Amino acid sequence: MIEFKKVSFAYETGKEVIRDLSFTIRGGEAVGLIGANGAGKSTVMKLLLGLLFGEGEIISAGLRLDKANLPLIRRKTGFILQDSDDQMFMPTVYDDMMFAPLNYGMTKEEAERRVDEVLERLELQALKHSYNHKLSGGEKKMAAIATILAMEPETILMDEPTAALDPYNRRLIIRRINGLSQTKLIASHDLDMILDTCERVILLSEGRIAADGKAEEVLRDKALLEANHLELPLSLSRR
Amino acid sequence: MNKMEKALAELGTMDELSARKSSIHSLHAGAKLLVTVAYIVIVMSFHKYDLSGLIPMLLWPVLLFQISGIPVRTCFYKLRIVLPLVMAVGLFNPFFDREIILRVGSLSVSGGVISMLTLMLKGVLCLMASFLLVATTPFDRICAALRAVHFPKTLVTLLLLTYRYVGVLTRELAVMTEAYHLRAPGQKGIHISAWGSFLGQLLLRSMDRAQEIYAAMLLRGYDREFRYAAERRFAMKDVAYTLIGVSLFLLLRFVNVSGLLGSLFVR
Repeated sequence: MIEFKKVSFAYETGKEVIRDLSFTIRGGEAVGLIGANGAGKSTVMKLLLGLLFGEGEIISAGLRLDKANLPLIRRKTGFILQDSDDQMFMPTVYDDMMFAPLNYGMTKEEAERRVDEVLERLELQALKHSYNHKLSGGEKKMAAIATILAMEPETILMDEPTAALDPYNRRLIIRRINGLSQTKLIASHDLDMILDTCERVILLSEGRIAADGKAEEVLRDKALLEANHLELPLSLSRR
Repeated sequence: MNKMEKALAELGTMDELSARKSSIHSLHAGAKLLVTVAYIVIVMSFHKYDLSGLIPMLLWPVLLFQISGIPVRTCFYKLRIVLPLVMAVGLFNPFFDREIILRVGSLSVSGGVISMLTLMLKGVLCLMASFLLVATTPFDRICAALRAVHFPKTLVTLLLLTYRYVGVLTRELAVMTEAYHLRAPGQKGIHISAWGSFLGQLLLRSMDRAQEIYAAMLLRGYDREFRYAAERRFAMKDVAYTLIGVSLFLLLRFVNVSGLLGSLFVR
């Protein structure tokens, strides 16, 4: 479960990017976080992970977000970054996937079992010993998801998971996201992908909630989307 | 292919070499690291005039090239930038040390020439040994081995991340260079007036990336210690390799093999 209770945050420049934000995400829910550039989507993610601290109260993975709970919250929360090169910092996919389980005290054998299981589930066995810098964009994104799944997180946060992917890989990522049973919060401008993967959408505007509701309802509201520098998803505009 | 792409391709070649299969590749990285360090230390310990004693040390890299299947040509191609520097180290010795210490027929050879050749050979041997280590061992395993022998963790982490991100940085540099040339057609290189902003941009990009990477590491339980997964335990073959290697180096160092061989023929 994720809960924001009257959370505000300002960067050092003094500009408040999150203002009195409150929302709740139930366990197992898939929620899309949308909004124009600078609306505060990435900041919400960083606040949830304790990479930034603001005012108000945040409950993440059922725990109150403070310095004492931070290691446990981070252990239970996987974050898929927009740029997979930033996420995949070890030389090979295998090393990257082993990184978190080993850091969290698993033995090498246990961690390896988990890595193999995740690779099999995502049909990525062929990439196991590949060098990260040699992977294609789509492979890198899939491998990044695999590294996070190897942590067995309760909640998965994704920042633009389909950015810079070709249509085939985009479809593949959507399929994989739909196959994940965890609580998901997905920040993206790809509204078609949000429609395909999320049952609920939160629309942010200047750090506040402009809309929160069923994905189909929010994403069908042309006037609301246009007022927030967004457009109707292609699949809805055709209907 | 521009210079940056070539550099990236070369980086890829090293990965391909280290991913090959041979009995040398399959050895524990720690064993290879220990033997390489022992080799370098012993090569460096030869006296500056002991050229004939040093020559048999060539045996080891030749053996490794043969067994691992790494082409010698690739080694010298990769080392083409460093080799001239190594060669230049002893270049002035013949001018300072003119004492004649060897006569070959009517030809007098000064100590300076011998010490120059010895220094050059030492440099080449050490470079070959280092190249063979990197070409037969994946980089993460070398890092794991370095940590196992208590090499400072900050340095090892730096090495590992540099290796991982040198390609990404080169690609960014390639994109920036291309963007520059598209707006400065016909210009050779980058004009000096743009160097500052060019490097500044690269630095800012690198800093942004570094922050993201650090966040990604923290979010996956990083506590200032990399836990390497790649290495197995030391096996008998690793112990045997280490013992054979170090014993051979000591033998070549303390027994005058060249002299012995020479005396066989002279008799």
